[in-house]
This record gives sequence, structure tokens and C-alpha cells, in this order.
Amino acid sequence: MTAPHLLVHDHEDNVGVVVVEGLRAGTRMLGVVTADNSSFELVAAADVPIGHKVALRKIASGDTAIKYGEDIGRFVADVGMGDHVHVHNLKTKRW
Amino acid sequence: MASKYANMTFRGYRRENGRVGVRNHVVILPVDDISNAACEAVANNIKGTMALPHAYGRLQFGEDLDLHFRTMIGTGANPNVAACVVIGIEPGWTRKIVDGIAATGKPVAGFSIEQNGDLRTIMDASRKAKDFVHYASELQREECAISELWVSTKCGESDTTTGLGSCPTVGNMYDKLLPEGIYGCFGETSEITGAEHICKARAIDPEVGERWYRMWKAYQDDVIEAHKTNDLSESQPTKGNIEGGLTTIEEKALGNLEKIGRTSRYIDILGPAEEPKSGRGLYFMDSSSAAAECVTLMAAGGYVVHTFPTGQGNVIGNPIVPVIKITANPRTVRTMGEHVDVDVSGILRREMTIDEAGDALIDMIVRTASGRATAAEALGHREFVMTKLYRSA
Repeated sequence: MTAPHLLVHDHEDNVGVVVVEGLRAGTRMLGVVTADNSSFELVAAADVPIGHKVALRKIASGDTAIKYGEDIGRFVADVGMGDHVHVHNLKTKRW
Repeated sequence: MASKYANMTFRGYRRENGRVGVRNHVVILPVDDISNAACEAVANNIKGTMALPHAYGRLQFGEDLDLHFRTMIGTGANPNVAACVVIGIEPGWTRKIVDGIAATGKPVAGFSIEQNGDLRTIMDASRKAKDFVHYASELQREECAISELWVSTKCGESDTTTGLGSCPTVGNMYDKLLPEGIYGCFGETSEITGAEHICKARAIDPEVGERWYRMWKAYQDDVIEAHKTNDLSESQPTKGNIEGGLTTIEEKALGNLEKIGRTSRYIDILGPAEEPKSGRGLYFMDSSSAAAECVTLMAAGGYVVHTFPTGQGNVIGNPIVPVIKITANPRTVRTMGEHVDVDVSGILRREMTIDEAGDALIDMIVRTASGRATAAEALGHREFVMTKLYRSA
């Protein structure tokens, strides 16, 4: 299997993790959902460092981020498909 | 049919109380901060011994003092310690720790500094330490069943790759070895926040799950809510976690909990540094999520091998317990590979399955338990850090 650019834990997730170094905006990424090894494609909308997340679809501010099929926080800005998701647009619902 | 793990063995040191150690240390243990200098002098005099200097032991009281004694006694009692010299400023608390360690049947001796001074104490303690080195150096490893291992876990400088690779690797190991009868331990109370509903449900029964939840909630209410000044971002998750792509505590917690695998269930809750008393199986220890504190507490609870998934590359070790580092992050393998014992970065490239990674970790646990030095041991990492519950009197 070709090594993927992006891994997603579950089908319900709306964010995935970049698993290659030096990913550039415009790259047509190969994504794999680890739950069942199914694959998909997504174009990166930003340069994203290894380990950082991208949005799998267009997301509105106030929406819940889902990863592992679970709630991991609240978006505090609108995010485009393939955009970088991190502390600038996602916050904890705790503490 | 027995599993392929059932007949695995390692070569360990069987101690007087029947427990099996994987290292053979002669430890010089200070009761308190002001006895560090004498302990370090003894360790300098007598080769093959190791002092464990620390910051506490004076004017503590109540639960905090209980934890201090439990950590001191548990450290000396750990099966990885062959014999122990204890030095304190006065004889009373020194004797209490000596007696606690002596209950294991291992050689232990206490010395106190008042009315002797450092120099006489160092001389007397050095003579005893030398005897202990002769004793320990003649002990032999023997073949032991895998079921005699006590394996703890805690992850550090996590990133998104730990939840994808190195933590599920540990979880796979527990799913395979807990049924063979090992003792397991996970903890990091604050770091389950966001996954507490899952953790509660992974208890062996609802009563244990409810006790776990009360323990977790008490930390939220009594410590975090009482002291926080912001949302803890850069503390929990740490600045390093954020650099590695983790954004929120919920995301970090869900990755953390991958360490208990798919089928494993915890059978009881331990206080910090508390020894398990409910038989073979997996335990949750109420503990800090700071690496050195957590590993020190689990070692004091009697665990002899520690498995440590890392993403960004936490370099921690422990003086008495080998800390096995596992990473799935290819950048960490490339830039700081000297800290990595088990490279599971193939998981991210889909070249390695979690099952294969779990087997690679089990192989490394057996080799480490039989004497292979870990990366942290080779690099001299001996972080011994006591947990302090509140200010001393």
C-alpha cells in the first residue's frame, strides 16, 4: 500500500492527522481511515506540519470537532475543507 | 489452546518475598533532602551503588507525609533493588523506612546523622554498602514465567502519533499479556479528562468504575478548579504536545487511553505509590501526568518495567526501573533516535499493524527484563521525583 499523507481514526471524524513531513498546500493527499483501512483523497489547503490536523470538510465556528468518534472540543472560527486545524481555531470545552 | 505468549520467559532476580526483579540495584536512599549529601558520598565511595537524592522529607504531615513514606518504602522494596542503605537526619523516621523495606526480607540498614555527623555516618554506611555490593553481585538471574512481570505505562510529550501508533501498541501488549497473568498499571488522572466516560466504562464492574470516577472528579474539583488561571493550555496539553499537533485535553486524553487496548479492564484503583492488593490484572493509579513523578510513583507501587510511548520525544528514565520508549513519529526517530527502544513509525506508513507493533514491544519487554539496557539507561536518565500533595508545615 502507498504510504498515506493523512490518517483518520473513525468515519464520524471531521478532522484527520497529517503523518508525513513537509506537506505543502495544494498536495492531493491520500487519506486512510484506520478503523477499516478505507482510503480517500483530499487536497491540503495549507502547509501543515507532521502530526497536525486538517479539516475533512467545511466546518462552521461553534461546531464540535470529532476525532476517535468523540468530542475533542469546539471550533472558534470557520474552517475550510483541507485547512489546518489547531489552537487558532479549536478550543477545549473543559477547564 | 494456550496463546503464543503463555510459555514466554525472561531471566530475572527472584527476591526473598517471591517477587521477581529485572535489575539488581544497591540503593542509597535519603530519608530527607538534607541527607542527600551523605548518600551521594556513600555512592561515590562504593562502586555499584546508586544514591537517589530528592527534595523532600521535612515537616510534611497528614496524607502528604503518608505518601512520602509510601514512596520511600516502596522504592526500597521494589524487586529491582537487591539491597538498600537508608540515611536520615534522625533515627526515628529512618527506622520507619528501614522497617518498611525489611518486610520484604531483603538486606537493608539505616544510619542517622545527628550525634554522628556526616563523616562518621558516611564511613559506617559505606562499610555496609560495600557488604551489600558483594551480596548483590553474587545473585544470579533465573528463568521466570512472563506472568511474573509487573509492567506499568505512562506516555509523555505525546502528539497525535501517540494516539495513532505508540499508545495502541502498549494497549495491544496489555491485551495479550494481562490474560497471561501480568500486573499492569496506568494512571495520569488529569489526562483522562475528555475520555472519563470511556475510562469509567472500562472498569471490571460498575462499583470500581464509580470509585474511579469519584477519584477523577475529586482531582478536577479540588486541584484544577481550585487553582487554574486559564484553560491550562501549554500545561495540559503541554507546549510540546501542541507543537506536535495536539490541540485540546480531550484529544490528548483519547489518545492516552489507547494504552489500555481494546479488551483490557482495570480491576482496582490505587492511591499514588500504593502497591496492588487485588491480585493479577490491570490497575489505575491516581497520579500526576508529569512523567518523572508518575514513573517514580508506579515504581514505588512495585512495578519493575515501564513502557513509555512518546511522540515528540520525552527523554525520561528512572533510576530503578527500565523505561522502554516507543514512538510512531518518524521525525522523532530521525532526529532523536538514540532515545527510542521500539520504533513503530511503520504504523503511520501502513507498513506495520498494531498487532505486529504489540509483538515487537513484547519482545523488547522480555529482552529488557532479561538485562538489555534501555536507551534511557544507556544515556544515564535517572529521574527520581517525589510527588508532593501540599505545602509542608
